[in-house]
Amino acid sequence: MNKVVAGADEAIKDITDGVTIMLGGFGLCGIPENCIAALVKKGVGNLTCISNNAGVDDFGIGLMLKQKQVKKMISSYVGENAEFERQLLSGELQVELIPQGTLATRCLATGYGMPAIFTPAGVGTEVAEGKEVRQFNGKDYLLELAFEADFALVKAWKGDTQGNLIYKETARNFNPLMAMAGKVTIAEVEILVPEGELDPDAVHTPGIYVHRIFQGTDYEKRIEQRTVRKRN
Amino acid sequence: MAGLQSIMALTKEQIAKRISRELKEGYYVNLGIGIPTLVANYIPEDMNVVLQSENGLLGMGPFPLEGDEDPDLINAGKQTITTVPGSVFFDSAMSFGMIRAGKVDLTVLGAMEVSDKGDIANWKIPGKMVKGMGGAMDLVASAKNIIVAMMHTNPKGESKLLPACTLPLTGAGCVKKIVSDLAVLDVTPDGFKLLERAPGVSVEEIKAKTAGRLIVEGDIPEIEVKKEVGSRR
Repeated sequence: MNKVVAGADEAIKDITDGVTIMLGGFGLCGIPENCIAALVKKGVGNLTCISNNAGVDDFGIGLMLKQKQVKKMISSYVGENAEFERQLLSGELQVELIPQGTLATRCLATGYGMPAIFTPAGVGTEVAEGKEVRQFNGKDYLLELAFEADFALVKAWKGDTQGNLIYKETARNFNPLMAMAGKVTIAEVEILVPEGELDPDAVHTPGIYVHRIFQGTDYEKRIEQRTVRKRN
Repeated sequence: MAGLQSIMALTKEQIAKRISRELKEGYYVNLGIGIPTLVANYIPEDMNVVLQSENGLLGMGPFPLEGDEDPDLINAGKQTITTVPGSVFFDSAMSFGMIRAGKVDLTVLGAMEVSDKGDIANWKIPGKMVKGMGGAMDLVASAKNIIVAMMHTNPKGESKLLPACTLPLTGAGCVKKIVSDLAVLDVTPDGFKLLERAPGVSVEEIKAKTAGRLIVEGDIPEIEVKKEVGSRR
């Protein structure tokens, strides 16, 4: 089975106005840079984006926000993006802020074929408004629904032609969860290898979840907070 | 320097150092952004403590040496970091899975407000700050033990330890202990219980700056503030 496409433009060719897309990454770590660049170039709009963060002003999802391609963001933390805050406060952008673990586990539920989860996160807060609360063993939990996403865009370190994926370090984050949760999952990788070259024990995302894969180019991998110790 | 601080409120470093005395051998610990991060600097040399970073790492090490930064290796504050021997990576669902399942022994985080019922608010100021809760709601809803590191009052001098939070809650009835620049307090069913006070800070001052119910029983010892020692991280 060969799921390889030529590049980002071909991979996202059927992403159209108004669809819901998931984007992997935590901050700028492990984001699908090539797919984002292709979406910016294509100029599709009215998108609903599910992503832990919203990039920074001039990178990541921030590039799509700047072009007003995003109608709604579903995220847990959006603090690094001034344009985001401006659009939010002016009412141009709809935002649903949800707890990070809830975001991750709602992706997991989708990929595991379960319609909903119960989580204690947000009980007694405004996150709980309008949601079913159920008590188990004396503790309250919120009912949270699995996500529905037309496309999931994920970034892996290594992948094979069947779509099996391996992530690197903390660039894993939401990527394997969103890879499982897209109706169509598009994976971009730094290194694309023929089938049979990945250690089956080391694969994080089985290719059954992945529909298209391509080797990305020109990864910038921007560092958001460069913190170092001085060398003596 | 140390002499000057000994008659004043605790510095952020001293708050972190006091919190480090709550660590125990074998603990898995999640440290939030800000003062909590500084706690890593005061883990005793001979104590095995594993730091969890909720973006998917157990065994967080110090910042990398200049030139060794790895964009694929960051902590929950998006800072470049390193691993330590025995470190392991995982996805965000497993990260919050281990938090939700109570595997993380201690969570330290900052707060804008705490109520005398243990409610915490630290994610939103309506109309002003709308950055999001990140992982804070998951952490406070599930952690076995939560210590809050905070300033006792806001810059205007108003108490941040309240009868009820005025800001949107992050979690209800979850804070167990507070280490502020003025005091160490437990959160009990009857309110804040004063355990220790910063050197030179009187019980009267703490009473005046605590708007929530405050329990004071017997003599309140001063927080031990020793000279800086070499840090591990």
